[in-house]
Amino acid sequence: MNEVRTVALVCGVLALLSAATAVGQFLKRHPDRGMDPAAVRTFNLRLRGWWIMCTMLAAAFWLGTTATITLFGLVSFWALREFITLTPTRLGDHRALFWVFFLFTPLHYLLVGLNRYEIFSVFLPVYATLFVLARVAFAGDYKRFLERTAKIQAGLVVCVYCLSFAPALLQLSLNDDPSATGRSANFRLLFFMILLVQFADCMQYVWSRMLGRRLVAAAVSSSRTWEGLIGSATSTSLLAAFLWWAAPPFKPWEAALAGGVLAIMGFAGGMTMSAIKRDRGVKDYGTLVAGHGGVLDRIDSLCFAAPVFYHMTLLITGNAGPSLIP
Amino acid sequence: MLSPVDMPEPPTDAFASRSALCRITGLFLAALARLISGASVRWIACQPDTCQRVYFSNHTSHLDALLIWSSLPLAVRELTRPVAAKDYWTRGFVRRWLALEVFHALLIDRTDIKVHQSPIDLMLWEIGSTKSLIVFPEGSRSVTGEVGEFKSGLYYLSKKRPELELVPVHVDNLNRVLPRGEFLPVPLLSCISFGPPIWLERGEPKVDFLCRARRAVLALKDS
Repeated sequence: MNEVRTVALVCGVLALLSAATAVGQFLKRHPDRGMDPAAVRTFNLRLRGWWIMCTMLAAAFWLGTTATITLFGLVSFWALREFITLTPTRLGDHRALFWVFFLFTPLHYLLVGLNRYEIFSVFLPVYATLFVLARVAFAGDYKRFLERTAKIQAGLVVCVYCLSFAPALLQLSLNDDPSATGRSANFRLLFFMILLVQFADCMQYVWSRMLGRRLVAAAVSSSRTWEGLIGSATSTSLLAAFLWWAAPPFKPWEAALAGGVLAIMGFAGGMTMSAIKRDRGVKDYGTLVAGHGGVLDRIDSLCFAAPVFYHMTLLITGNAGPSLIP
Repeated sequence: MLSPVDMPEPPTDAFASRSALCRITGLFLAALARLISGASVRWIACQPDTCQRVYFSNHTSHLDALLIWSSLPLAVRELTRPVAAKDYWTRGFVRRWLALEVFHALLIDRTDIKVHQSPIDLMLWEIGSTKSLIVFPEGSRSVTGEVGEFKSGLYYLSKKRPELELVPVHVDNLNRVLPRGEFLPVPLLSCISFGPPIWLERGEPKVDFLCRARRAVLALKDS
């Protein structure tokens, strides 16, 4: 039963991606169809990103939980790298940053791997924050102190802490539902979330282009509209309700609700990263350093959506993990 | 002052026959530096080539020379020698081994410059007619990341060998990866840009030339 669901979900996604790739290649070869070539190029680039994402996820799933958590750890590390590169820091932040990269980030993922929810849920927001504040103070440079420490903390929370809730889904016990035992159910839950977030991103773009009139914040993003947000939340809800069988503990209406919330959180993530990029005067994290893919551009919505989805799953299963309820 | 022509033949190429350990260490350190500094390499209106060149770059970090060296293709790397300070790089066995055997650095004595053999003559003699150089005309690492005024060595080098291609190199963000006075790196992303070569023009005054060279490096920052 479980295996059938997993295979159905994976095959569905592969079919969808293949169809989209075929359309993208067709449009690329026939520029006379009246489609905006820039839009086609963006579409094809996005598709390439999705193929890479799918391949990496598939490889990690196949290798198991530890490999998946490690993969997300590496993605977090890279995203934090992009985040801090874009953020101006001072010499006084150097040693704090060293420990943030080489101690706090790996240790946090280790705690996630050990499923110590009661520690990893406070480790970065509390202990890393205290450490960064103290270490920067010890370095003796008080100039714009709060601003600098806040930047490091924001990077840690968004790129490492929030994203780590995605692989943490693999550690939840979904045993309340008898059909949802085993690891493949957890993997399906993670895949379900990533799929919905990516779909919401895509729908936001489509609805904004088709019906978009009212920009949410013209100064921050010239393409994100209220119509895009509402359209994306609605269509993602529908898809989630349609795919409810893939996400073990969810009933159809719960899945629909989760879909809508994921879409809104993803939108919020995109807006936030746009605001940071606008402030620094760059368009993509990728173009900041030529040749790099811009990991943060791809995962910004996932970072915002993952913790909310994790806690929704906790609520719905009524199971906060072995360690939260004594 | 001896001109390069009057000097004895350049030393036979012992570097090409260095031990496997040196080769592997070199490859390993180059890869490690690339990994830690997340360096992306851009060639702007310039291509990697084994012809004789002088790469001149801004200087912000200890990693600069290593990273420029590792950004070059293997065949070019074999022929390229970073210029470094003798007093620093001969202190201790490991440092000396790294400088001389692994990176094949050309060590220049900063403290004891003799009149009869200027560093420029030494460099030109050492590179012969095949090797290239990596130099940092600012002289020392800048703390702020700003590009300082260039010292005149580049001008004299070019005056004696006007046919050498002078390739401007800009190293971006590396001062944040490993700033002056720190020994632990923070793995941010950096960028190394190689620009189109310049030459000393006939009769060009020293000040103008050094200004032009500095501008060539700065131009790479924004392109």
